[in-house]
Amino acid sequence: MAKRVGIEVSLAISEAVKQAKVDAVAAYPITPQTHIVEHLSELVADAELDAAFIPVESEHSAMSVCAGTAAAGARTYTATSSQGLALMNEILYIIPALRLPIVMTIANRALSGPISIWNDHSDIMGARDTGWIALFAENGQEAYDLTLQSFKIAEDHRVLLPISVNIDGFTLSHVIEPHEFLDQEEVDAFLPEYRPAVQLNPDQPVSMGMVGVPEIYAEAKKCQDEVLKNSEAVIKEVFAEFATRFGREYRVVESYRAEGAETLLLTMGSVSETAMEAIDILRDRQQRSVGLIRLRLWRPFPVAELRRAVAGCRRLAVLDRAVSFGATGGPVAEEVRSALYGIDGAPYVGSFIAGLGGRDITIDDFIALAGQVEKMAETNEIHQYKMTGVRE
Amino acid sequence: MENFNVFAAKLTPQQEFLAGGHRACQGCAELLAVRLVAKTLGHDYVIANATGCLEIVTSSFPHSAWKVPWIHVAFENAAAVASGVEAGIRVLQRKGRYPVQRKVTVVAQAGDGGTVDIGLQALSGALERGHDMVYICYDNEAYMNTGIQRSSSTPYGATTTTSPAGKADPLGQHTMKKNIVEIAAAHNIPYVATASPSYPFDLMDKVKKAAATPGPAYIHCLVPCPTGWRMAPNLAVSIGRIAVESKVFPLYEIENGDYRMTVTHKKHRPVVDYLKPQGRFRHLNEAQIARIQEQVDKSYERLQKKVKMSQNELD
Repeated sequence: MAKRVGIEVSLAISEAVKQAKVDAVAAYPITPQTHIVEHLSELVADAELDAAFIPVESEHSAMSVCAGTAAAGARTYTATSSQGLALMNEILYIIPALRLPIVMTIANRALSGPISIWNDHSDIMGARDTGWIALFAENGQEAYDLTLQSFKIAEDHRVLLPISVNIDGFTLSHVIEPHEFLDQEEVDAFLPEYRPAVQLNPDQPVSMGMVGVPEIYAEAKKCQDEVLKNSEAVIKEVFAEFATRFGREYRVVESYRAEGAETLLLTMGSVSETAMEAIDILRDRQQRSVGLIRLRLWRPFPVAELRRAVAGCRRLAVLDRAVSFGATGGPVAEEVRSALYGIDGAPYVGSFIAGLGGRDITIDDFIALAGQVEKMAETNEIHQYKMTGVRE
Repeated sequence: MENFNVFAAKLTPQQEFLAGGHRACQGCAELLAVRLVAKTLGHDYVIANATGCLEIVTSSFPHSAWKVPWIHVAFENAAAVASGVEAGIRVLQRKGRYPVQRKVTVVAQAGDGGTVDIGLQALSGALERGHDMVYICYDNEAYMNTGIQRSSSTPYGATTTTSPAGKADPLGQHTMKKNIVEIAAAHNIPYVATASPSYPFDLMDKVKKAAATPGPAYIHCLVPCPTGWRMAPNLAVSIGRIAVESKVFPLYEIENGDYRMTVTHKKHRPVVDYLKPQGRFRHLNEAQIARIQEQVDKSYERLQKKVKMSQNELD
């Protein structure tokens, strides 16, 4: 077994990018993404990574430069957060339409205003419908592993889509955790050299990004959607290969002590580790039938896996880290409700929003949440969403 | 640069890299210029195109007019995309993973809106970072693709659909045309030039020079737009010549900071010759035309001082 190394999660991600031998990195600094790109620029400056490092003048240009490097046929990486992701938004939509397999780390951070540098998921939720594959990491090891696997998934010719690996800003990006690194030979065997399907090459000229007239636009969008939906199978395939090779097993939907649970909590990201602590207390000390579901894959939404994971439970408390203003629930809860709608014996789904702009979510919060959803389910309380932990 | 080949009629490449059958308006000088640029750069070049007239008339799926690799991403980012293509090709060539080991010229092309307004930041970033690329602005002096709205490259006194000459405000555009050439030059890039398809060999020379220059090069090409300038399509080429002859759009280049006129005239025409055939200036009165003449003279004089200064430094 590889040695465990204590290292900051941002640096571990940079190591994964280095081991993936990316050809190009274009990035603009934004807190809390900075440590990742700082370290990458060092690796390039020290010739530990043979890549073009392009320090651009904005995130809009970061993603535009990435479009250029990827279209040239280069394995391309970038990272951002919050306002940076929002500024990229226009280009985010175009990348999957051009079928460019860019990998991006998003160190999730709240959106302004008021301006906040701290963690929640409002940035990625704003980019929810851009057509990117979106994965959420729970801890540093997972961030490292998912980054490596993302290149393989994205570049698979059945996929050719960009991927965002979401890590919670500060609570993940800036903490030192133990990581098991793979050897370079292991990475090389797992992740072969990138072979682009098409690239900008004078000997075989192609036109990329042409006008989509009404006769063709809908077909283009349908193709894009099909490819995104079908990518789930490839994601599972790559996860399985990774597990076989390296023994670390990942599933698109994880569960923790969920077997036979009457109440399930549902989370995404690093807060899941806190939720697991709460589950242990609820199960072991309070003998309550509560378990945890965690979505690792957010786009494409793993409908079948979710249905399987929650089958038999009576109530589900979905914790969102973002507000979809004036909507019918938090973004994750809406999705979950929709995925379970019309299913016989579908559980009651409570939508809770917490941990906005860096507000802590504690073990006690999760314990309280389990009690709350049980009460609400009893009366079948119809609600849109509840923001918890807010001073009134 | 001393042994630089000069284009002449006989030396013009026969091969076309911009196919006919595209959807540009009659008399479009932009497509005329683009065709000359494509001829000059030949086989080994890649284009990053901004959204705009040029993009829509040449790339309506499934019909592409491009015989060279071409990518369009968005409106304001042609410079950023081109810089990525350049960096990508360079790193892959270094690693032996790009299919072509010859020099490949990367060209960003955009209209005036995509350059002087919404694309200015991306342009500045790409020029500052020193990518080995050529940026060509095809300036038709308004947002023609969306229906002739004013840009900051629209000249003083021109009526457009968002700077209309009206009853209360009879002038049209109030502001002077933004001097993007000086802005580009202020980045201390090795090569900056103005060009016109009405002077094809001058244009082709400059494109060739820009491509051969290591580092960023910027070419600002004035492309008369009969539709937006409200004039007959058959005047597109001659109006381009009059723009130069009247000092409205002097043809010059700035090589490593040194200014040089590439086309000169002993006698200059009055600006009225340039303004008269164009419907967009039809409303101007004598006083306004005199003010334009004054501005044109002043700008030209200032340019001549820079040329002279450069000559003195070179001597």
